[in-house]
Amino acid sequence: MSENWIEIGTLSDIPRLGARVVESKQGDIAVFRTADDEVFALRDKCPHKGGPLSQGIVHGKRVACPLHDWKINLDSGLAVAPDEGCAAYYPVKLEGDAVFLSLTPNEGCPN
Amino acid sequence: MKEKLVLIGNGMAGVRTLEELLKVAPDLYDITVFGAEPYGNYNRIMLSPVLAGEKTIDEIMLNDEQWYIDNHITLHKGKEVINIDRSAQKVIASDGTKASYDRLLMATGSTPFIIPCPGHELEGVIGFRDIHDVDKMLEAAKQHQHAVVIGGGLLGLEAANGLMQQGMKVTVLHLMDTLMERQLDSVAGKMLRKSLEDRGLEILMQASTKEIKGQDHVQSVLLEDGREIPAELVVMAVGIRPNIALAEKVGIHCERGIVVNDTMQTFDPKVYAVGECVQHRGQVYGLVAPLFEMGKVCANHLAKMGIGRYEGSMTSTKLKVTGIDLFSAGDFTGGEDTEELVFQDASRGVYRKLVVQDNKLKGAVMYGDTIDGSWYFDLMRDATDISDFRENILFGQAHLGDSGHGDENRIAMMADSAEICGCNGVCKGDIVKAITDKKLFTLEDVRAHTKASSSCGSCTGLVESLLAHTVGGDYSVAPHLKPLCACTEHTHDEIRATIKEKELKSIRSVMDFMEWKTPDGCSKCRPALNYYVMCAWPDAGSDDGQSRFINERAHANIQKDATYSVIPRMWGGGTTPEELRAIADVAEKFNVKTVHVTGGQRIALYGLKKHELPVIWNDLNQAGMVSGHAYGKALRTVKTCVGKEWCRFGTQDSTQLGIELEKMTWGSWTPHKYKMAASGCPRNCAEATIKDFGVVCVDSGYELHVGGNGGIKVRATDFLCAVSTEEEVLEYAAAFMQVYREQAHYLERTAPWIERVGLAHVKEQIVDDADNRVALAERFHFSQKFAQDDPWQQRAQGAEKHEFEPLKQLNA
Ligand SMILES: Cc1cc2nc3c(=O)[nH]c(=O)nc-3n(C[C@H](O)[C@H](O)[C@H](O)COP(=O)(O)OP(=O)(O)OC[C@H]3O[C@@H](n4cnc5c(N)ncnc54)[C@H](O)[C@@H]3O)c2cc1C
Ligand code: SF4
Ligand code: FES
Repeated sequence: MSENWIEIGTLSDIPRLGARVVESKQGDIAVFRTADDEVFALRDKCPHKGGPLSQGIVHGKRVACPLHDWKINLDSGLAVAPDEGCAAYYPVKLEGDAVFLSLTPNEGCPN
Repeated sequence: MKEKLVLIGNGMAGVRTLEELLKVAPDLYDITVFGAEPYGNYNRIMLSPVLAGEKTIDEIMLNDEQWYIDNHITLHKGKEVINIDRSAQKVIASDGTKASYDRLLMATGSTPFIIPCPGHELEGVIGFRDIHDVDKMLEAAKQHQHAVVIGGGLLGLEAANGLMQQGMKVTVLHLMDTLMERQLDSVAGKMLRKSLEDRGLEILMQASTKEIKGQDHVQSVLLEDGREIPAELVVMAVGIRPNIALAEKVGIHCERGIVVNDTMQTFDPKVYAVGECVQHRGQVYGLVAPLFEMGKVCANHLAKMGIGRYEGSMTSTKLKVTGIDLFSAGDFTGGEDTEELVFQDASRGVYRKLVVQDNKLKGAVMYGDTIDGSWYFDLMRDATDISDFRENILFGQAHLGDSGHGDENRIAMMADSAEICGCNGVCKGDIVKAITDKKLFTLEDVRAHTKASSSCGSCTGLVESLLAHTVGGDYSVAPHLKPLCACTEHTHDEIRATIKEKELKSIRSVMDFMEWKTPDGCSKCRPALNYYVMCAWPDAGSDDGQSRFINERAHANIQKDATYSVIPRMWGGGTTPEELRAIADVAEKFNVKTVHVTGGQRIALYGLKKHELPVIWNDLNQAGMVSGHAYGKALRTVKTCVGKEWCRFGTQDSTQLGIELEKMTWGSWTPHKYKMAASGCPRNCAEATIKDFGVVCVDSGYELHVGGNGGIKVRATDFLCAVSTEEEVLEYAAAFMQVYREQAHYLERTAPWIERVGLAHVKEQIVDDADNRVALAERFHFSQKFAQDDPWQQRAQGAEKHEFEPLKQLNA
């Protein structure tokens, strides 16, 4: 499937080990930046009870949901075992310092 | 090519080590396992319930054969290793199977000791160790009537109970005059004996076996004193010996067990050993908890991480006979320099003995009601000074001003539907099911799988009791080995000390210096580290916003629907018409859904969107109000009554005192939320005796109280001291807060902290030692210089703008 890349800002707009929110018609999307400047995007809704993942503590390639501390993998949206569930994953890419997001979430993740 | 790891012994310790290894280094080795038993890996301690008919073999499998396949482990089941060629690095099994290794792990367990009396090799004489033994016993129970169990220890009694459940007539022969004499004193031993006899067991004390009689098959047991007891089955449960035959044969240094160092290496550095077969610092162990600790350390070294040492364990015991509650731990026999505290209620069948030395708990024996076992165990491991609650200690934790749970704490009697963890809505049945279905052994496991005890932690004691109750035996680990989180081997205290000593001023430098196992920690350690760094270096430490929980990052409380609440400070609970008007205006302007008066005498506004926060703060700031820090691990409120100014009972100006306390302490960061109160007289309308620091004014001055908690687990304060001036109140308040700030673990409130370290320890530092008190107060004031900036004002003026604005708004 072809992705429609949308420029959403620059890498430096997102704090390291943090996230910013992109508001869209499909709801909020959380864009994360890891310690080594990788960027990931997830629907901003925890598979547990809908907590805003963008507000969580980012560590490694995971984020800890601020509501009940589920850990969600940034690169798949899957909850870390033993919890089960998944937040939709959005493709993102970096071109130089510019961050691009695609609004087509990965398939198979109902959340 | 991958290195090769060979495990000899497919039991509980060896496989647990592999599990730990797979967690940290899943791809490092090609793994081969030799097990003399023809099964996957099962939970040996559950053989007793299997024998008693309460469980099936399938229910006690920990890892079935599929697990080995899934993890690419070659399992040679039913193959005993009979030789190791250490120079060629190869092991050889009895059927000729060979496997070479780069590293070898021995976990050969123990063998039951069989008394070499005449007749011991007769058909029908067995030990109690593995599935095979249980099968034989079940078979015997079908065909025969009489069984004799030699040995009235833990294992013997579990065997006897099981055989009786299977319909046999069982006689227990015990050499000593007390059952389970290694775990029980004579009183508890007698009580146990009585209830076992009531159930139908015959128990003969001081019964020494002379001979086992029979032709091919056993027929009876003859005692030294001439008595002869009919028996078609004899179970020997008189002790176990570390199984070191193979190690000895191939020249690995052994004493009582295979001798290992703190990294679980034998004298041959390529060969590791864990489990009951090892001897560590002179000790051999016969319970799973220490073995699991060994496994963890060993896995770490096999994974070449090179950190983690096993430093020995303290163990406790429970008997897995349904309906009999019994617990013992530590040194309960005592000696010349120890004292005994004893509680006995024969009609209820309850007995407790505690052995105390230098005001520390050394050992405990309990019979009939063991609910406090894990608490006593903690007191022992943590070497808590018990002088302050010594008179109540025998009655248990429920009687330490903990009116929250009281008698309902009887875990065993609780219904399955009883809620254990209120935060996560987990009930007893869920936890027990998870423990048995998922084969959990530790508190951490239960937290991970059920969420119980993973939030506020107040139900931790209950969960631990459930675990002990369900698993049997001891599951806990020695406290000095309890790391802050899975990212490190180090404890809270070690980390705090290192931060000071090595002058580490950022989270990064702590992680680097202390060799963190993860690249940037986790949601548990980062907030703790940030606090520790800032507490040690209020001036020079670097505060890392990304390591603060969202509440502290956004200076408002996140709520269940991802909106926020805001609570402005009201000094000492007082307010003015202007302030009320400003709050009302803000509430109207922003369409606030709920305006609520909090339990701490403040007004809260609920349902705000994140991007509205800076504007709201701006409006509140304009009216002179600052952040109430109601979201922080910080000073929250100082609750007051109206005191002398209005109240006919008031003895001092408690309101003004509260305001001064709050002006002094607002903005400070603490390990957990921190609340104060000041009441104008002993009627205590401000409820000062359930606060972290409470002042009760009296005619002659001020009584100071500490360590109270009004949360789930209510705890009334301990009396610290009385002082006569307001200046003193302020000095003590600052000093106490600073001791707590410097010494408690992150997320530990004053109540559990004081229970852990003992009130005496706190008094020593701030009541008995005036110089130290002044120094503490000075350090507190120093750090306040950097903390007392209104975070709302800064953000209203534009600080951290990115936190409150979306990165982008898309129309798509
Ligand atoms: C009935 C019973 C009840 C118990 N109850 C409790 C309890 O309530 N709480 C508690 O904490 N502990 C309890 N224990 C003790 C606990 O089971 C042991 O401490 C634990 O199983 C020891 O683990 P291990 O791996 O060292 O030995 P094991 O689990 O015994 O494993 C050793 C394995 O190595 C195999 N092996 C030995 N030599 C060789 C060889 N040369 N080649 C191949 N394989 C070999 C053996 O066949 C065995 O399978 C109980 C034990 C029994 C028997
Ligand atoms: S605590 Fe005493 S002084 Fe304060 S309001 Fe109550 S009765 Fe009055
Ligand atoms: S909503 Fe995310 S953990 Fe509960």
